[in-house]
Amino acid sequence: MKRYYPVIILFITIVVIQILTFVTGKGYMLTQLTMSAYYVLVAVGLCMVMGYAGQISLGQAGFFAIGGYTTAFLTTIDFSDKAGTAIYKLLDTLGLLITKETLYGDTIMHMSPWVSLVSAVIIAGITAYLLGIPVLKLKGHYLAMATMGFGIIIYRLVLGTKIFGEADGISNVPSFTIFPGLELSGDFSTRISNYYIAWLLVIAAILLMVNLINSRVGRALRSLHGGEDASDAMGVDTARYKVIVFVIGAVFAALAGFFMTHYNGGIGPSEAGVGKSVRYVAIVAVGGMANIWGSLVMGLILNFLSLRGVFGHFDDAVFGVILVVMMMFMPEGFIRIAVYRDIKSFFHKILNRRKVEKIKLEHSHE
Amino acid sequence: MSPEQILQYIFAGITVGSIYAFVAIGYNIIYNTTGIINFAQGEFVMLGGMISFTLSKFMHLLPAIILAVLITAAIGGLIEIVFIRRMRKSSVLGMVVVTIGISILLREAALYIWDEQIRALSFFTGTEISSVNILGARISPQVLWVLGVTSIIVGGLYLFFKFTLTGQAMRACSENSRAAKLCGIKTDSMVNLSFMLSAGIGALGGCVVSPLTQTHYAMGTDLAIKGFIVAILGGLGNPIAAVAAGLILGLLESFSISILPMAYKDVISVIILLIILVVKPSGLFGSKQASSLKDF
Amino acid sequence: MKRIFTVLLLTGFVLSTLFVSCKKEETGTIKIGAIFAVTGGASFLGAPEAKTAEMVVEGINANGGVNGMQIELIIKDSAANPEKAISFAKQLIEEDQVLAIIGPSTSGETMQIKDICESYKVPLVAAGAAEAIVDPVASYVFKTPQKDSYVAKWIFTTMKSMGIKRIGVVAANTGFGNAGKGQLEKYASDFGIEIAIAETYDKAATDLTALLTKLKAQNVDAVVNWSIVPAQSIVPKNMKQLGMEVPLFQSHGFGNIKYVEAAGEAAEGIIFPAGRLLVAEKLADGHPQKENLVAYKTAYEAKYGEDVSTFGGHAYDAVMLVIEAIKSADSLERKEIRDALEAISGFPGTGGVFSFSASDHNGLGMDSLEMLTVKNGQFDFLQ
Repeated sequence: MKRYYPVIILFITIVVIQILTFVTGKGYMLTQLTMSAYYVLVAVGLCMVMGYAGQISLGQAGFFAIGGYTTAFLTTIDFSDKAGTAIYKLLDTLGLLITKETLYGDTIMHMSPWVSLVSAVIIAGITAYLLGIPVLKLKGHYLAMATMGFGIIIYRLVLGTKIFGEADGISNVPSFTIFPGLELSGDFSTRISNYYIAWLLVIAAILLMVNLINSRVGRALRSLHGGEDASDAMGVDTARYKVIVFVIGAVFAALAGFFMTHYNGGIGPSEAGVGKSVRYVAIVAVGGMANIWGSLVMGLILNFLSLRGVFGHFDDAVFGVILVVMMMFMPEGFIRIAVYRDIKSFFHKILNRRKVEKIKLEHSHE
Repeated sequence: MSPEQILQYIFAGITVGSIYAFVAIGYNIIYNTTGIINFAQGEFVMLGGMISFTLSKFMHLLPAIILAVLITAAIGGLIEIVFIRRMRKSSVLGMVVVTIGISILLREAALYIWDEQIRALSFFTGTEISSVNILGARISPQVLWVLGVTSIIVGGLYLFFKFTLTGQAMRACSENSRAAKLCGIKTDSMVNLSFMLSAGIGALGGCVVSPLTQTHYAMGTDLAIKGFIVAILGGLGNPIAAVAAGLILGLLESFSISILPMAYKDVISVIILLIILVVKPSGLFGSKQASSLKDF
Repeated sequence: MKRIFTVLLLTGFVLSTLFVSCKKEETGTIKIGAIFAVTGGASFLGAPEAKTAEMVVEGINANGGVNGMQIELIIKDSAANPEKAISFAKQLIEEDQVLAIIGPSTSGETMQIKDICESYKVPLVAAGAAEAIVDPVASYVFKTPQKDSYVAKWIFTTMKSMGIKRIGVVAANTGFGNAGKGQLEKYASDFGIEIAIAETYDKAATDLTALLTKLKAQNVDAVVNWSIVPAQSIVPKNMKQLGMEVPLFQSHGFGNIKYVEAAGEAAEGIIFPAGRLLVAEKLADGHPQKENLVAYKTAYEAKYGEDVSTFGGHAYDAVMLVIEAIKSADSLERKEIRDALEAISGFPGTGGVFSFSASDHNGLGMDSLEMLTVKNGQFDFLQ
């Protein structure tokens, strides 16, 4: 139970922040907080891959795009003129067709996002599995470039293919009614509920990871990170665990892509680019490689500020600076025990100096 | 396809391939002495083109190019001293991340200094419309310059590494840095020299292709990726093989246009990369020892 | 355990300071929001657009503002990222409470925020070119660039008068390029022209000789290139190097003298339709657009030391239209500003003379474009 304390604190913090925004009349911040949550989800998954399994992945944006584009593509197919086709009949019998009226007065029919949710997860998972098996055997630079290459393929694919909207991406993605009363959408009226959807998703992911880390799989992973050859010698099937973690990270990213696309009502090729993958790596690096909470906090802060335009024209430059500075001076991350201990010992010294001086004084009087 | 067309494709492929080769040579030189993959390599090409363009406003073409190459080489050396030297103890991941960060910073700095407009150096001989007829294919004289400069660089590097003391010292560093140190070779200086050399060569490449491809502040990223693919294709650690691999990739891309929609041209090179990494990471011409990660 | 607690507390603290330090309310100003791709891949669009918008607002404020109030222009740099455009749009609407939004620079971003502006009921005057922005018409969404179909038709009209029958089309794989290619393919037969070959290329391609070789082999009478930089300057160069002497037509994306300079001698004779901004001084006195165009051109070039481009012109039109609407509505209500926008008629902008209606939110006709060519390194009317 003790290990869940941080999660509970996180939950309380989330609620407190939401109430604060409500009370101070700054409810609009929920938009950026919600979007940041989805980016944090990707970072948390990547943290597992990079921190615990020690694998460099410069292609997480590719998985995000798989999730987002799968649902964008599938849910923007209009079935109202496909009444006779087999797919229409199949979806109709399963009750998976939704009729909707657009802002412009037309009626369209689209498939239920549950279908695209399942598809997105499956596609991302299978891709990660197939990619992971050969690629995770590579080390260091080679692995980094292979994953970057994967990200580039996805980027080029969505950029160059008409059905994915090419450079303009896909817009008019419908909202997702999870159950009556709870809608995943960017609408003003659903702002608060969407904030909680996003963050509860993150909490669920973290719960999963906390359990995983403290399980047999987690211990195997930590041994991986400590020394792959050693754990191999101990009989740990390192290859298998690396792939498992890679797949989990990919699925987290795809889920983030799925939810974000419905929240935003669309997606563009920029979400698949190398720049985004580099940002995720930067966030995990700054938070401390194996530190889920570090990734969460830094992911939240950096994305929140970026989405509010605080970095202005220097958005990319900021992430570049972070990468360089962090890796050079604080490779363990910004938020780490050592920092806390340093601060603590600093205060101790000050307090103790007084004590020591007092004792010196007393002694000198003798 | 007619013979002229084939020849035309070949020339187009060789031109593009030479650009890739310039970047790949840079990767290999640095990799050889340090075991690092410097993702900022593409930015040196960009800097060469940009700096020479600015300088050419004040002086003739040749001195502008020479000065641009020297300045970029100095920048390369500076980067080594400021960033790379401190990172000696850190992990591979750390190095990858830092060099990516450096490339971002260089790119953003270029944006700040030169803004987003594209720039092109004047053609070395002739103008934008000059055309030379070679066996039925029409190419710009600048293409001949590109091929010429590439050959000179390759030849020069070969001689440098084989016959000069410094070149041999650098090779010694790459074989075994500890032994080299024991022999009295200053490994730190060799590392610095390798950065300067890579940067300078990249810059020269950037100058010579600028009239054809134009220089843009964001061109470095794509080049870095392609250059890396070529370096791996040829076998990490082998600068000469990099040239061959560059030409091969350039030709492949060029001929692919006749079959595939051009939008997917870049996917080909990445797929090649993945195949090579999985099947034969030591590349087409490399050896297994050379490609295993070196100690820094 | 403690450290995590500290960390979360810190985060909460940081975020709460953000609440407190938010912008102070500035009463008595007219707030207009702008989303431009000032940096990033579309910076050749966004940078001149942002500069233009700032310059225009500065000038108007110096002259007393609008309806007695100063204008506050809030520019956000989306770097052509749709998710940023969405975040900024919501921010501008809810937090900054702007009366209207101008931009974004690219069609992709505009399409992503079209529904947001419509459902939040905030007037949007976009600088994106896609026809889908105003088709279907959203009551709150307008756009200033000319229609692609007009551009295509102008090109074909000219070709027909030149006796051109077979052409080759090359386009960049952007929304702009593909839309243009689509329009060309759609209207070619109406003008009796055959498209022998049509291909897209990567927008960042640096060498197109291989592709143009393919066209040359088809013996086309003319080539149409629909793209933006850098291809616009590379295609003419490659064509000349390959020895292709046939005329080259470009799209209205060729709207900056810099592209002519980049192509050097190869730019001579390029034919393209564009707004009249590029030949402002050469217009006949008394032409309805001349006064505004020359004023804008002189002011921009004096202030920023660079040539005007039609892209900056789209932002000029957007800002001026919004200000015009606020003036005539004499109100700070979004709905009334929207109504005033739709009622605008005969407004001389850079892209043409704007006349909106309930069914036409682009407001420009075929006559908004002029066929131009490059003569001696300068833009001139095509004779």
